[in-house]
Amino acid sequence: MSSTAEAAPTWHGILRQAFKDQDVRLVTYVPDNVLRPLIDGCHADPFFTTFSCTREEEAVGIVTGACMAGMRGVVLMQTSGFATLPNALASLPVAFQVPVVMVVSERGTMGEFNPGQAIVCRTMRPILDSMGIEHHTMTRLDEAAFVADRTIRQAFATRWPACLIISPLLSGGRK
Amino acid sequence: MTETTGNLHVMNRAALTKRLVAGLKNREAVIGGIGNSNWDLWGAGQRPENFYMLGSMGLAAPIAFGVAIAQPARRVFALEGDGSLLMQLGCLSTIAAQAPKNLAIIVWDNGIYQITGGQSTPAAQARTDIVAIARASGIASAAWAADEAEFDVLVARALTTDGPHVIGVKIDNEPGRNQTDRDPIRFRESFMRAMAEPV
Repeated sequence: MSSTAEAAPTWHGILRQAFKDQDVRLVTYVPDNVLRPLIDGCHADPFFTTFSCTREEEAVGIVTGACMAGMRGVVLMQTSGFATLPNALASLPVAFQVPVVMVVSERGTMGEFNPGQAIVCRTMRPILDSMGIEHHTMTRLDEAAFVADRTIRQAFATRWPACLIISPLLSGGRK
Repeated sequence: MTETTGNLHVMNRAALTKRLVAGLKNREAVIGGIGNSNWDLWGAGQRPENFYMLGSMGLAAPIAFGVAIAQPARRVFALEGDGSLLMQLGCLSTIAAQAPKNLAIIVWDNGIYQITGGQSTPAAQARTDIVAIARASGIASAAWAADEAEFDVLVARALTTDGPHVIGVKIDNEPGRNQTDRDPIRFRESFMRAMAEPV
């Protein structure tokens, strides 16, 4: 455990530790306000190679390539960014069975003010389900370490993409 | 190397792909883009270090970039069409920002979406210079190959000097002749095994 996570457990500290425990060293992201503490924490930690991409599918391509060459990676994004991904996921990590791990901060629910975000949010789980991509919504701090660790572990053990959805119940959502 | 598109010899993708692959002696990884880029890579002789993408149009360079990050000691090539690269131009900035020394992107530019019936790309209509886009994105080593000899020189440079490199090639509209098998699990398995071998 990092000293930060020991001092005061946070969802982002727990996720960062889960990445480390599963040797996920490559962190790609398309910026998101809710994910900021996770992104900042990964940037600050030399264990990780962390950088932003211009599109989510670009990040999926990078992580797929890295994973096939022996470096595990994760893609961080928000809900609307996930909605740009179905073709890339179906054609690449799902078809080739490459364990690309995704972390999506959930917008569009529990007090969303933007109608577009609310609509696109409803597409996320059906897309994941239709491709057989295991996903778990993280809502509670006391379950966060278990859910994150086991989901990432299973992705690599079964060579299949997986998705962790960060609920506003856990993150506090967009203020 | 050639800076502009004014005096470029139109070459053949199948012939140049063979030329490229014949010069790879150190288990270099090659990522083939969708359709014809892939098929000519397949036709140039199958090797386990080749990865034959399926339908994720535009992702050959990002996949190659990922391989390059994971294995800094291995040289990695992406073979991408002009239409495909147009779908994912932002990746040039991402690659420029991270500056992987071992990555080269070869862009086969025929100005058309050949596989869907030969419709011209907006870039061809607008006379967009794709190598100039790469350079403006921050990839300093980006040049057109004026002819076969210059292609060889640029590939040699990509194999021996720090990148990232972009090599633009104007090609004819001959379709790829050898379609790949469609067997993604086998491709992934053999590619991963090859990537586990030392360079």
